[in-house]
Formats: sequence, C-alpha cells, structure tokens
Amino acid sequence: MSLVVEGFLNTVALTLLSFAGALAVGLVVAVLRIVPVPLLQGVGAVYVEVWRNIPLLAWLVLFVFGLPEVGVKMPLFWTAFTAIALYEAAFVAEALRSGVSSVAAGQGEAARALGLSFRQSLRHVILPQAGRRVVQPLANIAIALTMATALAGVVGVVDMTRAAQRINLELAQPLLVFTGAGLCYLVMAAGIGFGARVLERRLA
Amino acid sequence: MFDAPGPRFRRRVFWVSVVSALVLAGLVALGLRQFAAGGQLDPVRWRPYLTWPVWRYLLGGLWSTVVAACATGVLAMVGGLLLALRPNRFTRAYAEVMRTVPVLLLVYVMLFVLPSFGLNLPLFWKLVVPLALSHAASYAVIFRAGVDSVDPGQREAGLSLGMPDGAVTRFVVLPQAVRHMTPLLVTQAVSLLKDTSLGYVVSYTELLFNGRVLANYNGLLIQTFIVVAFIYLVVNLALSRMAHRLEAGRARTAR
Repeated sequence: MSLVVEGFLNTVALTLLSFAGALAVGLVVAVLRIVPVPLLQGVGAVYVEVWRNIPLLAWLVLFVFGLPEVGVKMPLFWTAFTAIALYEAAFVAEALRSGVSSVAAGQGEAARALGLSFRQSLRHVILPQAGRRVVQPLANIAIALTMATALAGVVGVVDMTRAAQRINLELAQPLLVFTGAGLCYLVMAAGIGFGARVLERRLA
Repeated sequence: MFDAPGPRFRRRVFWVSVVSALVLAGLVALGLRQFAAGGQLDPVRWRPYLTWPVWRYLLGGLWSTVVAACATGVLAMVGGLLLALRPNRFTRAYAEVMRTVPVLLLVYVMLFVLPSFGLNLPLFWKLVVPLALSHAASYAVIFRAGVDSVDPGQREAGLSLGMPDGAVTRFVVLPQAVRHMTPLLVTQAVSLLKDTSLGYVVSYTELLFNGRVLANYNGLLIQTFIVVAFIYLVVNLALSRMAHRLEAGRARTAR
C-alpha cells in the first residue's frame, strides 16, 4: 500500500516542481528570444531547438547516469526534476513567445502612436493580451509534463507508473492496477484543465 | 514591436552583446573544465566514435527508429482519420484519455498485462501499437482543427458553383486544411520520432537502446549518449527544415 502512496506523491511532486522550474527557465528563454540583441536571440533559439529535438528519455539517461561521472552528484529525484524542467522549459518558451507574437502588430504600433514608451506598451498593452492567450497552451504543456514524469520511472524514480508495475508483480492483478494508475493520471489532468479554465476566466 | 534603433540604442545593444558573450564563454569554459576534470574529454574516450563499426551499429539503430516511426505514423494517421470523421461521445472520450495517460503505461500494459491473456506480440509491435494508439488521438485533434480552420464560406462557395459535395471536400476544403495543418503535422512527426525512444524500455533495438548496449559494452556512457542525442538532434532538425521548405513552396503555388 505504501508503494501506491509513494508513487502517487512522487508523480505529483515531480509534476508540480518541474512545471514551476519549466515556467521559470522558459520565461528567461522566451525573454532571450524576444530581446533585440541578436546574440541573445541566438542563444534562446539554440536552447529551444536542442532541448526540443532530443527525446526526454535520452536527456534523463544522460543526466541520471552521466552527471555522476563528471562529478555532479545529486539525489535521483532532483536529477530527474532538473532534466524534465529543462526539457519542458523549451516548450514553455515557445508557448510564451507565440503568445506575445500573436498579439496583433497593430496593437504595439497603436501604443507607440499614443506616445507610450516600450516598457509601458509592453506592460499595459501587449502582456495583458498575451497572458490570456498563453493559459491554454501552458495547460496543455502541464498535462504533457504529467505524462512525461512517467519516464522518470525508467531511470529509477518510483513514480506512479513504476509503482504500478511493481505492485502488479506482487498482486498479479494487471487490469485493476493499471486502470487505477491510468485513472490517477486522468484525475490530475482534469485538475489541471479545471485550474486553467478558472485562470482564463480570471484573466479575461 | 520595435522602432528602428537609434545610435544610443545601438550602443546599448553592443555592450549587452559583449557582456553576454563573456558570460556565455565563461559558462562554456566552466562546463568544459568540469568535463575535463573527470577525464571525459580524453581523446581516447572519443576515438571510437570516429570508427565505422560504432557508427554502423548506431545508424542501424537509427534505421530501426525510422522504421518504427513510419509504421506508427501510418497506423496513427489512419486511426486519427477514423476518429476525426466520426466525432461522437466515444471518440471524444478516447482522445481525452489518450491525451492524459502516459504512453509508458500503455507500453507496460503491452509488456506485462496482455501476455497473461495470451496476446504476446513481437517486440516491434509492442512498441508500435501503444505509440499508434496514443498518437492516433493527437492526429484526430489535428485533423479536426485543420478542417474546422477552413472558412465555411469556402464550402458554400463551392456548392453554389454546382460542385458535388465530395468534390468540394476533395478540391476546396482539404487542400486548404492540409496547408493549415502542416506545422502541427511536423511537430507531431518529431514528437513521434522522439517517442520511439521508448524502445529503450521494450528492448527493441532502436537508436537509444543501441546506445545503451554500446555504453554497456565499451563503458563510454557519456560519449555514447551525447553522440546518440546528437543524431536525434540532426534528424529532427532536418525533418523540420524539410517541412518548412515544403510549406514555403506550397504557399507560393497557392497564390
């Protein structure tokens, strides 16, 4: 029974922490890609392309088994957290960037025509409109991230999927165990979807 | 979003560039020192990756990855089309469940559950079937969004010209829908190719699994997986580039 609780808590903790980390890093990367300095734009673009185009499982293997060999030793849970957060940050950055660029160019021009400074037009015109539009894409990323945490089970973190597999070895009740695990993911996704709808209404 | 920069702004951009270049160089140097301290930059540890047998093994893995990705893509697109054509309560529930349940869980069901019911597929299908089940839902969403994105006036215009219903779909709606869908289809293809790395779990000899075997054999874990990651990067970037070029070409002919 404790295995169930441990798996569920690990999945929830990994999801929440990685999403917070991905938001923080993704915000920085998105700013890098928008800032009018070519070098920084390049750094942001390289970050996104490199992380997005390599499978998360490859990153997890590289981090979990590779980092100790170069002398970076962290607990397993935090290594998995780092890999997942940095991976999802690339998707967060893209969502934020396309949110900002989806605000019609005319809005920025109108703000400038009214004499608002760059900072003012960003603060009062562009970001409020972009904020509303990024909620749904970010919620989709959060749901994808919930699924992605299952991969941490492959490299040894006892998350819900791995716990389900181990419990099944003992109980030999595959239908019950795996359906239960699936339901847990459904409930978490439903929670994220609900939170996103509330947030969207709040921002509208 | 920006005015054309004036001299003061250009000067500021210059100094920000210089400072960030220095910071970047410092970070790279720090990382390299960390690698060198563990002896990971030793040429001996990299030389095997200049030899053909190692590359033949890894490229063999890549080939299996591509085969699995193509098989999954075909199955998932057919499934997605079937789901998109019949929007009812069952297909919506299916898409919702598949959007939230990890593929790994489905893979475990294939590996540990179905054999006890007497269904023991070959390794290839143990990887492809769960991936196709999961990606079919994504394709259904993409197809439906693509068809919905075409202005209903287009269909009405076609019908009012006296075209039969099937011809309107075939010649008016679908070409526009496909053009709208292309970027999403590329993202989906990249995500599918990445997901075949679950072969690592299934023991299907694709790229990541071959990397694991190679690393166990020669003990060069970091080097092997960096090379493997690099191969994934190159293949996926090429895929995106190709699609962009295709899209640009089609956008020109559309006018």
